[in-house]
Amino acid sequence: MYHEIIMSGVGGQGIMVIGSLLAQAAFMENLNVTYTPIYGVEKRGGHADCTVVISSEEIGSPIVDSPQSCIIMSRPSLGKYGPRVKPGGFLLLNSSFVDPLEVRRKDLDILSVPALEIAQTLGNDRLSNMVIIGAFVEKTRVVSLDTLAAALSQIFEEHYHHLLPANAAAISKGAEYARNSFHQ
Amino acid sequence: MKQVFKRPRSLKDVSFHFCPGCHHGTIHRLVAEAIDYYDLRERTIGVAGVGCSVFVYEYFDIDVAEAPHGRAPAVATGLKRALPDRIVFTYQGDGDLASIGMSEIVHTANRGENLTVIFVNNTVYGMTGGQMAPTTLLGQPTTTSPYGRDFLQNGYPIRMAEMIATLEGTSFCARVALNTPANLMKAKKTVRRAFEMQMNNMGFSFVELLASCPTNWGMNPLKANERVEKELIPYFPLGTFKERKGTDHQ
Amino acid sequence: MEKRLFLRGNHALAIGAIKAGCRFYFGYPITPQNDIPEFFSKQMVKVEGCFIQAESEVASINMILGASAAGARAMTSSSSPGLSLMQEGLSYLAGSELPAVVVNINRSGPGLGGISASQGDYFQATRGGGHGDYRTLVLAPSSVQEMHDLTLLAFDLADKYRNPVIILADAVLGQIQETMVDRPYQPLELPPKDWILAGASGRDPRLIKSLYLKEGEMERHNWKLFEKYQRMKREDVRHENYLEEEAELIIVSFGTAARVAKSAIRLARAEGLKVGLFRPITLFPFPEKALFDLSQRVKRFLTIEMNTGQMVEDVKLSVARDADVHFYGHAPGSPPAPEELLNALKKVY
Ligand SMILES: Cc1ncc(C[n+]2csc(CCOP(=O)(O)OP(=O)(O)O)c2C)c(N)n1
Ligand code: SF4
Repeated sequence: MYHEIIMSGVGGQGIMVIGSLLAQAAFMENLNVTYTPIYGVEKRGGHADCTVVISSEEIGSPIVDSPQSCIIMSRPSLGKYGPRVKPGGFLLLNSSFVDPLEVRRKDLDILSVPALEIAQTLGNDRLSNMVIIGAFVEKTRVVSLDTLAAALSQIFEEHYHHLLPANAAAISKGAEYARNSFHQ
Repeated sequence: MKQVFKRPRSLKDVSFHFCPGCHHGTIHRLVAEAIDYYDLRERTIGVAGVGCSVFVYEYFDIDVAEAPHGRAPAVATGLKRALPDRIVFTYQGDGDLASIGMSEIVHTANRGENLTVIFVNNTVYGMTGGQMAPTTLLGQPTTTSPYGRDFLQNGYPIRMAEMIATLEGTSFCARVALNTPANLMKAKKTVRRAFEMQMNNMGFSFVELLASCPTNWGMNPLKANERVEKELIPYFPLGTFKERKGTDHQ
Repeated sequence: MEKRLFLRGNHALAIGAIKAGCRFYFGYPITPQNDIPEFFSKQMVKVEGCFIQAESEVASINMILGASAAGARAMTSSSSPGLSLMQEGLSYLAGSELPAVVVNINRSGPGLGGISASQGDYFQATRGGGHGDYRTLVLAPSSVQEMHDLTLLAFDLADKYRNPVIILADAVLGQIQETMVDRPYQPLELPPKDWILAGASGRDPRLIKSLYLKEGEMERHNWKLFEKYQRMKREDVRHENYLEEEAELIIVSFGTAARVAKSAIRLARAEGLKVGLFRPITLFPFPEKALFDLSQRVKRFLTIEMNTGQMVEDVKLSVARDADVHFYGHAPGSPPAPEELLNALKKVY
């Protein structure tokens, strides 16, 4: 297995959190993994991207031009990375912020998840990122959902541990949404 | 309709990239207003220190040179000596001026260089992500003083304006704040006065502005303004510490 | 006991330093290496060590000179503009024969440049950098594991040779997180530190200095240093080969660029192209002999660097006369992607 993922959005959406969460889960499954954060220049509202490479072999480049999968959380991110996903690759859209109709490519496996709306049913907008990563893992199976949830306690500092159940619930919601939707 | 809030001519028509509530934007405006007030735009040269303010060239519609971190007063000295009839100012943060650039600022003041220094004291390193500055208050946690600044470990916060005032070469030296409308008015007058000193060949002028950095203080802009009043001003008192009159600077 | 950890390069390096017994860290903030001083500001108190945020890089490097003269393991870290300010101190450290570990998380330049990854400081690191006739050992990690392991080695080599050691990494290596095996530290056998300053009690006073004014003294000192650099070349050259057997084209690359090159080589191999990698781990001493030996067999080399051409000069000096040396440079911005390097290597294959 050699799976490259780019996640992209704007600062404040929790992209880095789900990137390191997925990487942590892969680590816990004894896979090789690299996680590379890329910050924009501006402190706020700028681009926030990260790249995760998960593999059973030694990982060469932690930097990827055309990934197998892409998680897109904002319109500018779609313009930047949409064209770069490998033919036949997987594109996961946060359709609360990106209109799936804007995707022009026909050669991709696409899943749209209204993450904000789903997070709102859980009573917390800020769980959108967890909904997204739950859906992603459900579809790609790069790690197991159980490991993903277990990794939460590793990436959140102790004084945030009271938030773990809510985050785990959001992951489940995302996975459930993915299970019940068929690819367009 | 009468325009009440006008962009100074010396500022470009672009919006600031600074974080919400950051005082850098206000200070840019004060400096630009002083330049416009005396109609100095065409003969003013700015020197940017390295910090969040390095982007002054993005906002000021004037000639600007970038200096290595802390060296702005030396670069300004070179410019002013080569162009004595131009107006030269530096714009520096507290890491830039009071840490790495301590030597340059002291010697530039001591030589009585006829230039103006705008010193932004926000008690942290803004651009690099909130490390301790020489002006960080005792007990204040930063990313490199995680347990709070402790004098045994890190020494005391430096009062630059008072220190610069002790140098014979200094002609004008003041500290102002921007947290209330009254303080803002005083700050505006003080910055003007500093440029006026230079225009009159009175020698070295220095204005320290107590500023907020809501991002690295972990506060919203309102709370940050309160911190200026409650914590900064008591340790860094406002006022004019030195002002030569007439022509007694030779 | 070996433990698997998942952490970022800058932290792996800092953990390595503490494990190697470094208890004195002096540094000044600069992106993209701030997580190193920030780590030490938290951790040093826990091991009764000393962390000082110096007023400048000039001060940091000279604080090291002091701590090192006292016999302590001391280090600093910075990024390109900071390293420029340290060159005077590095020259004094080399001249006074003092061990020190100095980390450069290379960002782009010249001048204030940018904070993106770059290998533009290769010349500065490998040519001495400051004034005078001296060299520093230069180690170039290429993974989080090596950020840790080479830090352990750096402290040993610094003591072995009484010479500064530079760890030359970049923003990517500092920031990426990956798996690292947390091995115990097994120090090299090192000479006793019979030169340290501690007060002349019961012995003649000692001096740590680099000023030599007496007739012939400076010349002797320079040749003594030269002999030391020759010994480094004999005993402490390191490199890695990857798929170089039967290769028709060898890529020579270090650090982050070498990792990306590995991926490009895999893509090339999938297309049936016989490409291999030669990765210098010590940039000084440069693995010139191993590269020369390889050039007896392989006649085409492609040097890939994240700059406009620096190490390529050492590659040209190392290989046999009848081998071709090509260059592909990726100037700073973002690091190159494997596909870009694949295209580059196809052009010279
Ligand atoms: C020689 C050198 N060392 C370090 C840096 C990194 N650096 C950039 S800005 C800065 C400090 C910024 O703090 P301050 O001067 O207080 O300005 P602020 O960002 O708070 O406005 C530092 C240390 C550099 N650019 N050059
Ligand atoms: S980091 Fe601080 S000083 Fe810099 S722009 Fe933001 S609020 Fe202003």
